[in-house]
Amino acid sequence: MLKINNLHVMVDDKLILKGIDLEINQGEIHAIMGPNGSGKSTLAKVLAGHPKYQITEGSIEFFDGQEYINLAELEIHERAKSGIFLGFQYPTEIPGISNLGFLRESVNNVWKAQGKKLLGKDDFIDFLHPIMDILEMKELFLDRSINEGFSGGEKKKNEILQLMILDPKLAILDETDSGLDIDALKVVAEGINRFKRPFNSTILITHYQRLLDHIIPDFIHVLGDGKIIRSGTKDLALELELKGYNWTGVGK
Amino acid sequence: MKSIDTKYKYGFATDIDSFKFNIGLSEDTILQISKIKEEPPWLLDFRLKAYQHFKTLTPPHWANLKIPPINLDEIYYYSAPKSFNEKKSLDEVDPELLRTFAKLGIPLEEQKRLSSVAIDAVFDSVSLGTTHEDELSKLGIIFCSISKAIKEYPDLVKKYLSSVVPHTDNYYAALNSAVFTDGSFAYIPKGVKCPMDLSTYFRINEGKTGQFERTLIIAEAGSLVNYLEGCTAPQRDENQLHAAVVELIAMENAEINYSTVQNWYAGTHQGVGGIYNFVTKRGKCLGVNSKISWTQVEAGSAITWKYPSCLLIGENSQGAFYSVALTNGHMQADTGTKMIHIGKNTKSTIIAKGICADQSSNTYRGLVKILPNAHHARNYSQCDSMLVGEKSKANTFPYIEVNNHSATIEHEASTSKINEDQLFYLESRGIDREKCISMIINGFCKDVFKKLPLEFAAEASRLLEIKLENSVG
Repeated sequence: MLKINNLHVMVDDKLILKGIDLEINQGEIHAIMGPNGSGKSTLAKVLAGHPKYQITEGSIEFFDGQEYINLAELEIHERAKSGIFLGFQYPTEIPGISNLGFLRESVNNVWKAQGKKLLGKDDFIDFLHPIMDILEMKELFLDRSINEGFSGGEKKKNEILQLMILDPKLAILDETDSGLDIDALKVVAEGINRFKRPFNSTILITHYQRLLDHIIPDFIHVLGDGKIIRSGTKDLALELELKGYNWTGVGK
Repeated sequence: MKSIDTKYKYGFATDIDSFKFNIGLSEDTILQISKIKEEPPWLLDFRLKAYQHFKTLTPPHWANLKIPPINLDEIYYYSAPKSFNEKKSLDEVDPELLRTFAKLGIPLEEQKRLSSVAIDAVFDSVSLGTTHEDELSKLGIIFCSISKAIKEYPDLVKKYLSSVVPHTDNYYAALNSAVFTDGSFAYIPKGVKCPMDLSTYFRINEGKTGQFERTLIIAEAGSLVNYLEGCTAPQRDENQLHAAVVELIAMENAEINYSTVQNWYAGTHQGVGGIYNFVTKRGKCLGVNSKISWTQVEAGSAITWKYPSCLLIGENSQGAFYSVALTNGHMQADTGTKMIHIGKNTKSTIIAKGICADQSSNTYRGLVKILPNAHHARNYSQCDSMLVGEKSKANTFPYIEVNNHSATIEHEASTSKINEDQLFYLESRGIDREKCISMIINGFCKDVFKKLPLEFAAEASRLLEIKLENSVG
């Protein structure tokens, strides 16, 4: 599904990722943990194609359903169409555009590229409702401007709503658990667990163990100073929780 | 970069024989205009008085615009299709002209007309006719060309013409008062809510022709009217002048909502050609509780110089100005409003959005003036500019003059670049960059667009999308 080889990434002339190797297969959940500044969000943004993040060395290959493609060659919107989704740590507020209009524009563009049949406005709303119910989102969400005036929890639910309707091959969820209370965390985790099926994969970026109480990862990687310094299974998270990042030798 | 003119779908010219006066401006030009329009002596006197005053004036230079010298002797002041005869009904108009308007999206033939909008079609210096005139007249509403109104309702015209914008107001208003040729006249009688939108479509066709529009709208006590105007012109290498004067009068409890989608030819992307749009628009809220709102989407013209304003005289009267001004290529706009609070408890709202792309220059200039007797006057102003590209320039000049301490004035202003985080967010959801930009711009303009009638709002939004297509890297 995804092969990252010796990835080096620079932001504003500063090298942040210094040689990441990571392979993710279909159906797997990989959690990426690590202290602040270790490069977790940089990895997420470079996968989605943020223009500020420059790949200086190495490669990212992504299986688009037929063949492995060089992700760096795709525009941001083309990555979304080929099945990559980034759940934002800080979803941006965009005034004046209704959430419904935006969701429909997004789904229409992605589905059209994937050869799926598009839905009329009423059918689209019918399609959204059961998913919004799972996420305990009220109808009002659709009429408001994108993320404008949303609480932290509402913003994250809006991200998971987009994840569930776009149903990508690879979801990269950047600190989806931050800013959530216990109830919202459960609801968001439920959404992510429903998304997880044998043919799609997830990268969970998180600072804390608590999301992993609800979503069981297949692998855990610890990032420190732009490199993966340890990999393991879910027990690694518990060890981290007990001993802190210092124990890995990369803490503050 | 592709040139913007290939995107201007109204840039065609209609090949039609025109009757023109000799080129240039003189007293003789004015005599001829008055004669061909069979005007009463008082109007000729008014024109000549305006012309005498005009000769003492020089063009204004205070705006943040670089206006090349305009040679008024190289302009035709009257141009009309040879087939034109004002006694003909719209159905008898030259089919070529009907086809022209149909191509502009304005069907004039009886069976194809829109049922919800009455249209006055102005082509160069003449109005070809007005739809729904009879239907409206049953309610006592007069909607016709100003030329026709001068003949048929001279008392009304004489009473109100230049009562809001005197011929001494400014250089272009003086010029217009001397040489205006056509425009619209609307009169809504007491207590009548106009059952359909009234609208004028201005088309400049002939090269070297100036268009001097004069529009007058009177809303009697308790009446309501929504008025819309649109305008386009062919692509030409020379600059052409459109100098209009629009006057609105609202009596007690009357309401006038005036909307414009201005899409004059803006010149090539390199700055060759385009319309100079130098316009004086002003409304007088004369009566208690009267309301006037100006909504404008300024997306065309090489140079725009325009400040639709309100004189808030009646107690509790309200003025509003909602504006989107988009400039790209080498376009220049200096536009805004004046809200003059004269009566007690008067209220005004200003929402101005400027979008500035390429090497263009976009200035908001507004005056809020509270006179000594305007107790408890209130104003809210919000002026936002968005820069698209590195070389564009946006300016905001808000002037506030308060002469009554009970006034409440709020002013907010912002200038920002198009937000990269917003773009990345939208694009990461599978929407291509151009569409993302148009979504963000539309969102930015939403507070103004929602004041437009529905079909106008959709048109305005499409217009901005087309205009920005080549402006964003």
